[in-house]
Amino acid sequence: MLEKALRGNRGYWMWIALLMGIIGVGFLFYLQQLRDGLTITGMGRDVSWGFYVAQFTYLVGVAASAVMLVMPYYLHDYKKFGKIVILGEFLAVSAVSMCVLFIFVDLGQPFRVMNVVLHPTLNSVMFWDMIVLSGYFVLNIIIGWATLGAERKGVQPADWVKPLIYLSIPWAVSIHTVTAFLYAGLPGRHLWLTAILAARFLASAFASGPALLIILCLIVRRVTRFDPGKEAIQTLAKIVTYAMITNVFFLLLEFFTAFYSGIPGHKHSLQYLFFGLDGYGKLVPFMWTFVFLAAVGIALLLVPKWRRQENLLAVAAVAVVVSTWIDKGMGLVVGGFIPNPFEQVVEYGPTGPELSITLGVWAIGFLILTILYKVAVGVKEETAA
Amino acid sequence: MGFDRREFIKIAGISALAGLGSRAAFELLQPGELEATSASYAANQGALNAKRWAMVIDMQKCLPQEGCKDCMHRCHRLHNVPDFGNAKDEIKWIWKEAFAHAFPEQESEYLAERLHHEPFVVLCNHCANPPCVRVCPTKATFKRKQDGIVTMDMHRCIGCRFCMAACPYGSRSFNWRDPRGRNAQGEPFLEEINREYPTRNKGVVEKCNFCVERLAQGKNPACVEACRHGALVFGDLADDHSEVREILREHYTIRRKPELGTDPSVFYIV
Repeated sequence: MLEKALRGNRGYWMWIALLMGIIGVGFLFYLQQLRDGLTITGMGRDVSWGFYVAQFTYLVGVAASAVMLVMPYYLHDYKKFGKIVILGEFLAVSAVSMCVLFIFVDLGQPFRVMNVVLHPTLNSVMFWDMIVLSGYFVLNIIIGWATLGAERKGVQPADWVKPLIYLSIPWAVSIHTVTAFLYAGLPGRHLWLTAILAARFLASAFASGPALLIILCLIVRRVTRFDPGKEAIQTLAKIVTYAMITNVFFLLLEFFTAFYSGIPGHKHSLQYLFFGLDGYGKLVPFMWTFVFLAAVGIALLLVPKWRRQENLLAVAAVAVVVSTWIDKGMGLVVGGFIPNPFEQVVEYGPTGPELSITLGVWAIGFLILTILYKVAVGVKEETAA
Repeated sequence: MGFDRREFIKIAGISALAGLGSRAAFELLQPGELEATSASYAANQGALNAKRWAMVIDMQKCLPQEGCKDCMHRCHRLHNVPDFGNAKDEIKWIWKEAFAHAFPEQESEYLAERLHHEPFVVLCNHCANPPCVRVCPTKATFKRKQDGIVTMDMHRCIGCRFCMAACPYGSRSFNWRDPRGRNAQGEPFLEEINREYPTRNKGVVEKCNFCVERLAQGKNPACVEACRHGALVFGDLADDHSEVREILREHYTIRRKPELGTDPSVFYIV
């Protein structure tokens, strides 16, 4: 089926060339990082994780959100998702690939990465995250490929695919839960030390992933002859609506606990993020952008009249994708390190090389996504013809 | 090809048997020899031993010595801690923080003048329940069973910095750049290199190790030895009759962030 990715029109190849160009630039900066060390990033002894880990955290959510298509289709027999469930699975594959790459570029000694496998450490959440992420990757690529292959031949998928599909449902929940546990079990990092972190991660994931999928569906419809279906997209929009409202609600719960209890440690990071602390407030404009976009997104999604207009729906989806990225990516990871263990504010901002490497990884992800979608859409067009 | 299937199986079988049996054969010929070699490695002649090493820092003795940095200089020189000349990349094993920063939850504007804005010596707390060890995905950071010291295998560290996120004391430093390198002016980050202790390469985490390498030679930690005012006392917390226990019995001491359940092994007399 892969041969379908080797045939495309001019626009397809220009898009591939653009991605390859961005990957190339990112790779050159990665070589610089390998030579000079992570000092070329904005990270330091106080904010020791930054942009890379923020993308990782966000993309685990995007990956997990495939379950929002798999569950309605395979458990509730919601037929409308039949056409696009493959798009969700392949989005998960590309998102997990980016997750792995973002962890890889964040490592100080990337060539020792196999130490995680050579010295398996059951008490480290990172070990479990590696297990669940690689498992999820394998599950989705196998399920996606097998169902697509069956569709191409006009037969039902093989019997052994079904159990894997059912397994992928709790597995999707597990990847984001375990990723939340990376943060939620650390003493002394108050912003992360909250029991609802995993729940927040899942809510934000089920908003951001399907929102991204709506955008992708609209693009696919425009550039190919495959139509994901108006009603399927509308159902996705409803999923995003519920999830995004839940996500914002969970964040408000954090505010209540921190500010009503008045415990300084619980308040400080939120104060820094949204209002500034000790005269520092680099992230404040971003966090209020998140608030604004979340409000716009929810408003557009909530009113059925607006949601049904696909132009407005696209705006809402972009608002949700960007706002959840600011909140869960940037805000949560960087905010967790501010103030530092000495209650001092040391701020962080990514550097040019760091941004280029980040863009490079995203471009690799989009390249994988483009190839997989090309195959999937090619098969759909072929069977429709 | 003079190598048929029968021959291959024969050779493979013999090799497997030899592999499986080698340890047993060794045991048969020289019983106890394997264990003896590994055991002699652990117990060095004349080494300082304890069940749980701990430190008491007497700030009543330390604070009057304004500007004294003997312990820090000695430690950083002996352990080849580089000076990168900027706060972002800084590596430190033992340093000073104002009381309000070392004990943020104890801060009050009405605190005794003699403590309030004064610098406290801080270092790795060698927690009995260390979060850094819990999170490390490769066991590069580990707690020694025999004496409770939290130390590192810098050759195993992959540089993921999970331990830095987990440590509530900011005691861990990452080699953001090559400590063996030079700055833009061509000056080395390590002025002089102590050949007794390894330098590091970039991309690994490091921290105070309570001088495991010196204890193995029967010497006290470098900072303790460097302090001319007797402000740093090192000893066995598990031993009723040790000097640290003696001091802890007689003085009111505090520890950093004990409410987090890490059970730090560094105590402060204020």
